[in-house]
Amino acid sequence: MDMLEIRNLHASVEGKEILRGVNLTVPAGEVHALMGPNGAGKSTLGAVLTGRPGYTVTEGSVLFKGQDLLSLKPEERSWAGLFMSFQYPVEIPGVSYSAFMKAALDARRRASGKDPLSASEFLKLLSDRMAFVQMKPEFAKREVNVGFSGGEKKRAEVFQMAMLNPDFSILDETDSGLDVDALKIVADGVNALRSPGKSALVITHYKRLLEMVRPDRVHVLKAGQVVAEGGFELVEQIENEGYDSIR
Amino acid sequence: MDEQELLKDIAGREYSEGFVTRIDQEFIPKGLTEKTVRLISEKKGEPQWLLDFRLDAFRKWQKMEAPMWGHLDRLPEIDFQDIIYYAAPVQDADRPTEIDPELEKTFEKLGIPVREREVLAGVKSKREVAVDAVFDSVSVSTTFRKALSEKGIIFCSFGEAVQRHPDLVRKYLATVVPSGDNFYAALNSAVFSDGSFCYIPKGVKCPMDLSSYFRINAAGTGQFERTLIVADEGSSLSYMEGCTAPMRDANQLHAAVVEIIVEKGADVRYSTVQNWYPGDAQGRGGILNLVTKRGLCKEGAHLSWTQVETGSAITWKYPSTILQGDDSSSEFYSVALTNNYQQADTGTKMIHIGRNTRSRIVSKGISAGHSDNSYRGMVRMMPGAAGARNYSQCDSLLLGSNCGAHTFPYIKNQNPTAQVEHEATTSRISEDQLYYCAQRGISAEEAAGLIVGGYAREVLSRLPMEFAVEARKLLSVNLEGAIG
Repeated sequence: MDMLEIRNLHASVEGKEILRGVNLTVPAGEVHALMGPNGAGKSTLGAVLTGRPGYTVTEGSVLFKGQDLLSLKPEERSWAGLFMSFQYPVEIPGVSYSAFMKAALDARRRASGKDPLSASEFLKLLSDRMAFVQMKPEFAKREVNVGFSGGEKKRAEVFQMAMLNPDFSILDETDSGLDVDALKIVADGVNALRSPGKSALVITHYKRLLEMVRPDRVHVLKAGQVVAEGGFELVEQIENEGYDSIR
Repeated sequence: MDEQELLKDIAGREYSEGFVTRIDQEFIPKGLTEKTVRLISEKKGEPQWLLDFRLDAFRKWQKMEAPMWGHLDRLPEIDFQDIIYYAAPVQDADRPTEIDPELEKTFEKLGIPVREREVLAGVKSKREVAVDAVFDSVSVSTTFRKALSEKGIIFCSFGEAVQRHPDLVRKYLATVVPSGDNFYAALNSAVFSDGSFCYIPKGVKCPMDLSSYFRINAAGTGQFERTLIVADEGSSLSYMEGCTAPMRDANQLHAAVVEIIVEKGADVRYSTVQNWYPGDAQGRGGILNLVTKRGLCKEGAHLSWTQVETGSAITWKYPSTILQGDDSSSEFYSVALTNNYQQADTGTKMIHIGRNTRSRIVSKGISAGHSDNSYRGMVRMMPGAAGARNYSQCDSLLLGSNCGAHTFPYIKNQNPTAQVEHEATTSRISEDQLYYCAQRGISAEEAAGLIVGGYAREVLSRLPMEFAVEARKLLSVNLEGAIG
């Protein structure tokens, strides 16, 4: 079964059309990469898929696990198993990471008719996942993204992904501005999720993350359309010859 | 669920304390004349000096006008002749010392223990809190009095204190809030019915939190409670205060006076969670909460105010401290949340008289719906306040575009060595924050609760623990319908 099936998707922001007929399919169990020059519409695609306010779909459809994704509210998409690692995560002053994660986990469990995790189950999960992204124990008490360095923010996004255990993850330039060690943590996060029932779409400009996660397929977005699809050779071509070489 | 059901659901959850207790009550005729004042005093069997105090206050009040300077344009003109000034449950003549089971049920429902729990041997349950429970015009129960009296602590209803400790009451009454202090304080001084009295002797650390719980029940009445707290030299006390009222379409008046005397080197922490009925989503009904709270700090004394204001249609309240003694200090930590058509004008006054006095003000206003939320505060450095310091921080958070947040700081510095600092910010819950939370599966209303809780954390963390949990819940509940 396909995890995500995007058909002829058109979307605009403030009346300006950014996505102009995107077709893209990610089968279950696969990790795909989405590359493209600045302004191609990569982040817009992530925003539209997650239901960001202000983005209007004018045409087309998106099926997520066979279900019409676009009719769901943003939180319903999350409960259905969709996750996005944000390029620019927001700060939530005064709210600790542990409180934030408890709220997120409780909400999705409630949505599927389950009781909230007990405090001890939650704390166990929390410390386990924190260790996975190499966060110090104090991290749980820190206010969500407040005063985080660029690298800490990205690691925190991967931590959230690990906590919520989504079926489909979009990583929107999660590798930007990361040093090699942090990059490895992100790659490990994606690779750990790899399983027959899970998929990911890695949005990036760079080869180095893709070398670590080895995507099953690469899509190239230009001017709001997918203009090329292929294997890792596309990554090499872009790295060597630039996006202009792809038409 | 369609919109109607959703609205009904929200309205139902909005104010779970809005029920009425069916019980026989005794009322005096409505209206306010000298006769009313005499009647209340007679009902309570008061000595002449207290009647004289009331009558003097009444005469002052008659010559005063209601203050109009609050940013409260929804405060209606109050017809003081249309209010019942005394309502009390009828005591079963056969069981004069027992609590009426209906009343006990009422307080039980509100989560207020009016009976001391039997503590099983070896089982340490929740932290003990002594409660004085006031129902309309009378105190119906005060717990743990015996345990407290072993330490010399007096904790009882105001009425009982007048009977049993008249010298103490007479010594301290109206020494911090004089009867003619302001219109509503004068009214209270004339017609106050009951409230709590507390005296902590020299050097005694009160072994448990003390609390007063105020419940308005009867329709057409006003509640005028009077609380007097005296912490003698070197003593310490944590005091909590809570309140609720039934849902009704008509406004009800609550005009209280709280006086706190903090003697040399004593330490008092006073916490309020104010949850009076706020009125409905259209702004009908709700309590008019017009209160005067003030403390006096002697040398090296410390008074800390923490308030969480979520209820009332109108809030007009400025818990203040007179820093009379050298090296005394005070704090005011406040969270005020207004939603729908609520209006709050609240803040503090810090009057620095002594040398090296310190005060700190942290005010967090949250406005939603069509509400208005104002911080009004005065910091005054008197000529003798050498080396005094104040720091004030006033933050406002806006939800939606139909509400208002206002800050009115007044600073008067008459000593060149005193320092006053004031910072203010205004922010909104951003769409980006809500979207980020939604992406993690947290719906807008829940996210707003989380964000507001985070915003208020500095204040909530000052409350005793059970109170903080309660306050967090209240903030979320009162935000319902404010987002999305």
